[in-house]
Amino acid sequence: MIDVKHLNKTYVMGDTVLHALKDVSLKVEEGEFVAIMGPSGSGKSTFMNILGCLDKPAEGSSYLLDGKEVADMDDDQLAEIRNRKIGFVFQTFNLIPRRTVLKQVMLPLQYTPGAKDIKERALKAIAHVGLEKRADHKPNELSGGQQQRVAIARAIVTDPVIIFGDEPTGNLDTRMSEEIMAIFQELHREGKTLIMVTHEEDIARHTQRIVRFRDGRIVSDEKVTEQIDARDVLATLPEEEHT
Amino acid sequence: MNITESIILALESIVANKTRAALTMLGIIIGVGAVICMLALASGAKESMMSSIQSMGTNNLTIMSGQSRNGGVRGGMGSMQSLTLSDVEALRKASAIGKLAPQVQTSAQVKYANNNTNTSIYGTTPEYADIRNYTVEKGRFIRDNDVKGIKKVAVIGPTTAETLFGEMTPVGKTISIKGIKFEVVGLLKSKGSSGFMNQDDIIIIPLTTAMRRLMGTKYLGNINVQATDMSKMNTAEAQINKILRKEHKIKNPEDDDFRIFNQNEIMEMANQTSQTFTLLLGGIACVSLLVGGIGVMNIMLVSVTERTKEIGIRKALGAKNSNIQSQFLIESLMLSIVGGIIGIIFGVGVSQIMSALSTFTASVSVWSILMSFGFSCMVGIFFGYYPAKKASQLDPIECLRYE
Ligand SMILES: Nc1ncnc2c1ncn2[C@@H]1O[C@H](COP(=O)(O)OP(=O)(O)OP(=O)(O)O)[C@@H](O)[C@H]1O
Ligand SMILES: [Mg+2]
Repeated sequence: MIDVKHLNKTYVMGDTVLHALKDVSLKVEEGEFVAIMGPSGSGKSTFMNILGCLDKPAEGSSYLLDGKEVADMDDDQLAEIRNRKIGFVFQTFNLIPRRTVLKQVMLPLQYTPGAKDIKERALKAIAHVGLEKRADHKPNELSGGQQQRVAIARAIVTDPVIIFGDEPTGNLDTRMSEEIMAIFQELHREGKTLIMVTHEEDIARHTQRIVRFRDGRIVSDEKVTEQIDARDVLATLPEEEHT
Repeated sequence: MNITESIILALESIVANKTRAALTMLGIIIGVGAVICMLALASGAKESMMSSIQSMGTNNLTIMSGQSRNGGVRGGMGSMQSLTLSDVEALRKASAIGKLAPQVQTSAQVKYANNNTNTSIYGTTPEYADIRNYTVEKGRFIRDNDVKGIKKVAVIGPTTAETLFGEMTPVGKTISIKGIKFEVVGLLKSKGSSGFMNQDDIIIIPLTTAMRRLMGTKYLGNINVQATDMSKMNTAEAQINKILRKEHKIKNPEDDDFRIFNQNEIMEMANQTSQTFTLLLGGIACVSLLVGGIGVMNIMLVSVTERTKEIGIRKALGAKNSNIQSQFLIESLMLSIVGGIIGIIFGVGVSQIMSALSTFTASVSVWSILMSFGFSCMVGIFFGYYPAKKASQLDPIECLRYE
């Protein structure tokens, strides 16, 4: 599914050149659930943005997505891939201000030529993350966890095969994080490929595989032996008013 | 994203920034309004000029004595007297000529009781009324008998009548022109002309009376000719040239001792003047529309910068460059279309008020409305294009990082 070879990324600022990614190679098969960890500044976000077709790697890098070289695609083809194949969840939610939940979630489908039943599909995605009662609310009327769930609904509404999360639980407390992880695990069970960045070991152990970065390189890549099920954790947490 | 959604989106974003959108539109409103007002004013001016020319009669040619020699010394108009009554008789045979009225003209002191005024005295024949579009309000016009009998009768213009008689009825009273007593037999109806010549300040007397008693001349001042038809004016002119050259025994057109003024030429001149006027006013108005357009561009650039993050989000969700471009283009088009519509209402309103408050009739043409509306749409596209293009080419990841 994802096959990255000798990936490099440099940032030039004045006369200093910063190697954000150095010769990174990684393979992720369909249906895998991968966590990416590493200290701040190690290149995790840079890597995710390239995988998500939002950013471009340096010359000579190779990124095969479903066997196709991403570097050879033009802007429109990349936009189409982001629209159909990929769902991206950001640490800062990135919702559009003053727009209702329903409208936020409908947006990706509006960029899909020929998409039908846009509203119904958006409502289904909203139900999937448990926000059916909040469909007409605006982002500033929602909690952080709810906003992130809107972002997830938006990421899954087009039924993408891969979902990327760049610290999707980074701004959330334990309970909200577990709720997000429960949704991710369910998506995984449905057969989606998921790759997410996290700083927390506990969160990472909800996945199947942990890839660690340091100074722009992959330093370790191991299987998770005892996978945590978010539903179990949620059961042990004290009950809260559920939305 | 289809057109309806894009339009709704654009309207939403305009509504979200009402004050700013209103101020931006103000430029377009003033521009479009100015175009409509200015063109209405220009065409109103043209209409009133044309109707004032028309009120002097239609299909008219005037033959004046005088020299027209190309390259040589040009004698002043009427400086050489050459037209006579036998010329008039000869001209009556021309097929393209409908009516003829020979005329002499002087200006003299006119008295009634203690009132006196200095006015133009026209000596002419009855046909003059038809050629120059004069009708009588009271009494009658000059008759053939008056001319034949060299009668001392006068028809008086309304402006002159007011000066001499005030509220009194002039008909039946006796006035003196250069000390000769004339009976007023008719009062002319006002032509309401406020134009370059006051056609209401005039006294008309029989041609013969004027020539013999008042001026003592054998020569005519000019001959008023009415062609049978608008399309015959040039034919009439050619026929006049031919006949008068024969009468006056002129072989070379350069030696002509008369000149012909064709009303068509005056119309054309007036037309040209008003065209220049229209272009000038329209040009000024267009400049203000252009300034409005620059305002639109300015606001669109601000809007693109402000919404950089939003652009990034949309691109991350799969918006193509063309989607982003059309979003901003539609927004600027909406601004100028809405502005244009308000501007049209505003322009038509101001034109109405202008014509209500002044003697001018400012006439708004459908053409000027369509033109200014089309122009404002073009402004929207033209000045929206650059900001929209700029927005569409932004890098998604740079946009998402933008704070
Ligand atoms: N646009 C940019 N211009 C210049 N340098 C950049 C840019 N983006 C990232 N970097 C640099 O690249 C390196 C990797 O950044 P990146 O954001 O990928 O780190 P990260 O692993 O996601 O860190 P964190 O855990 O804090 O999010 C950092 O040293 C950062 O300063
Ligand atoms: Mg990061």
